Amino acid sequence: MSTTTKRTREALNDALREEMQRDENVLLMGEDIGVFNGAFKVTNGLLKEFGEKRVRDTPISENTIVGMGVGAAMTGLRPVVELMTINFSLLAMDQIVNHAASIRYMFGGQVKVPLVVRMPQGAGHQLGPTHSHSWEALYLHAPGLLVAVPSTPADAKGLLKSAIRDDNPVIFIEHEYLYGQRGEVPDDPDYTVDFGKAAIRREGTDVTVVGISRMAVTAARAAETLASEHGISAEVIDPRTLRPLDLDTILASVRKTNRCLIVEEGWPHGGVGANLAALIQEQAFDWLDAPIGRVTGADVPMPYSKPLEQIAFPHEPQVVEAVRALFGE
Amino acid sequence: MAEPAQPRPLPDPVTAREWLQTMLLIRRFEERAGEMYAKAKVGGFLHLAIGEEAAIVGCARALRDDDYLISTYRSHGHTLARGSDPNAVMAELFGREGGLCRGRGGSMHMFDLEHRFMGGYGIVGGNLPIAAGFGLASDYLGTEDATLCTFGDGAINQGTFGETMNLAALWKLPVVFLVTNNQFGMGTALERHSANTDLQERGQSFGVPGMRCDGMDVLDTHAVCTEALKIAREERQPVLVEAVTYRFRGHSMADPEEYRTKEQVAEWRKRDPIATFADRLQAEGVIKEGDEEQMDADAISVVDASVAFADASPFPSPQSLYDDIYVLGDQLQGWYSVDERGAGVSRGEHLGK
Repeated sequence: MSTTTKRTREALNDALREEMQRDENVLLMGEDIGVFNGAFKVTNGLLKEFGEKRVRDTPISENTIVGMGVGAAMTGLRPVVELMTINFSLLAMDQIVNHAASIRYMFGGQVKVPLVVRMPQGAGHQLGPTHSHSWEALYLHAPGLLVAVPSTPADAKGLLKSAIRDDNPVIFIEHEYLYGQRGEVPDDPDYTVDFGKAAIRREGTDVTVVGISRMAVTAARAAETLASEHGISAEVIDPRTLRPLDLDTILASVRKTNRCLIVEEGWPHGGVGANLAALIQEQAFDWLDAPIGRVTGADVPMPYSKPLEQIAFPHEPQVVEAVRALFGE
Repeated sequence: MAEPAQPRPLPDPVTAREWLQTMLLIRRFEERAGEMYAKAKVGGFLHLAIGEEAAIVGCARALRDDDYLISTYRSHGHTLARGSDPNAVMAELFGREGGLCRGRGGSMHMFDLEHRFMGGYGIVGGNLPIAAGFGLASDYLGTEDATLCTFGDGAINQGTFGETMNLAALWKLPVVFLVTNNQFGMGTALERHSANTDLQERGQSFGVPGMRCDGMDVLDTHAVCTEALKIAREERQPVLVEAVTYRFRGHSMADPEEYRTKEQVAEWRKRDPIATFADRLQAEGVIKEGDEEQMDADAISVVDASVAFADASPFPSPQSLYDDIYVLGDQLQGWYSVDERGAGVSRGEHLGK
């Protein structure tokens, strides 16, 4: 399989372009995605290529553009709505949770909502508490939604293509830090990544480290340090999608390594780690040699000041330290 | 109280009789639903549209078969007017498998795709963006379908109203927004919730022209909605129509109605949309004496049958609890739903398999 080195934003752009070429009922809507080419340049060039019918700049009306996406999805289109940050998606929470997630169920399965809502998350750019959060846990909470959290350019492309082809509403969470990161991306236009299939980033025997979104990258780096400096062999798992969740791959790994650490950028209370820890201990308690560990973002609104912001989300040293603690080190 | 509209010409006799029959069906259906609520056959909230039948039938009959109608949590009448099986509507109220939505939605969430009744929605103002989405799809796909979106006067102060008016006008969507002004947002009177009570005017600054109709008059409502739909469909110009009406019953069944006087209700009841229309039909010889009574008896027998059907329809099986949350393919990968209701944990989507 031939590949090309791409940044995540380019891989996402390719996914949008290819799916728009493949299915003429795919259209894009969002703030500044057209003339401005996207706040993070993910939609760069698409207005020029596909025209105003299919690449639609919208007013700043998050709840309504998502709601229009819901309505259009119910009546034959496959809209992809871009929200400028995950914080702004809270304005659309009504349409996302009360409608996108619930419509198929509450109407007895008569209709489907093939909608994708893309949004970037994450700290590190000194944008303070209204532009920097990580909220995959909020969307994981709601039945009816699928949630994707890609961490590599190849997964970003493959998962976005799958999301657009899926008949369910998908919350597609990108990470601002990852947009500029490079990786090998398959050239095959039919390359997709299945939802519900975790990636084992690094095989190991001593401890399972589950990393969410950017934290899959942080966890993989920490695993190298653990191997080279501490003689600990960590198996790093990136779930890639939280709904559906490849729990079986995580459980198989935990049963092999007998220890588990979960790393996420979001808040600890009601976080993805809290949820995963519960699911793992329910089914693998007898295999655990230590309590399940977590490394999460700080339980604070994201601060602006750089030194504060940097200690408010996890970095490699905290992951190394937390893994060592599972061994009593 | 707004003045009644000037008399409009009647449609052909068959059509006129059908409108009366449908209004009678809605009236009798709603009355019986209220009785069934009192008997605890119907749970949750129950919002009746008694008094609003002309506003419902007038707009529904202005639609083509392929047009979309979308409504609120007060939508039994809308889905009946669209042609839904009364048995299935009553069974939905009863929470039965034979219900329109298999008992998943209840009174506030009716939906009938086959008849293009695109849903009752429980969030005030939440249906407006969705209606614009239907309009977007019609426009994008190049069909001639239009959308008619009803909502109450209470919804006009939601942010989605302004956002949707702006987008619908900006993108020239074929949507008619029908604000059913029944004078109250739940228990808050129009003049206590809106600085500008001229609701048909409220879309103008967004580029959505307004029209008003007498929502107690099926002919006027039909005529104005027909004109608005023509503008929306042919000129790609969204229109806001205000139907001035009144609900004779409380907001829901749990409403002591302390916010209005009996005199006011009695005054509006004099303009009962069914009685006035029946009188007009009789005066013009479309129906003769005794016809209305017969039509009413027919409506009652349809409602009787719907109750019998609903009572006989089974409750949904426990195994169906996780049905239809997701569209699931043949190759299920990963856990979609987690069932943690008791000892142990399992995949919810496997319950019914």
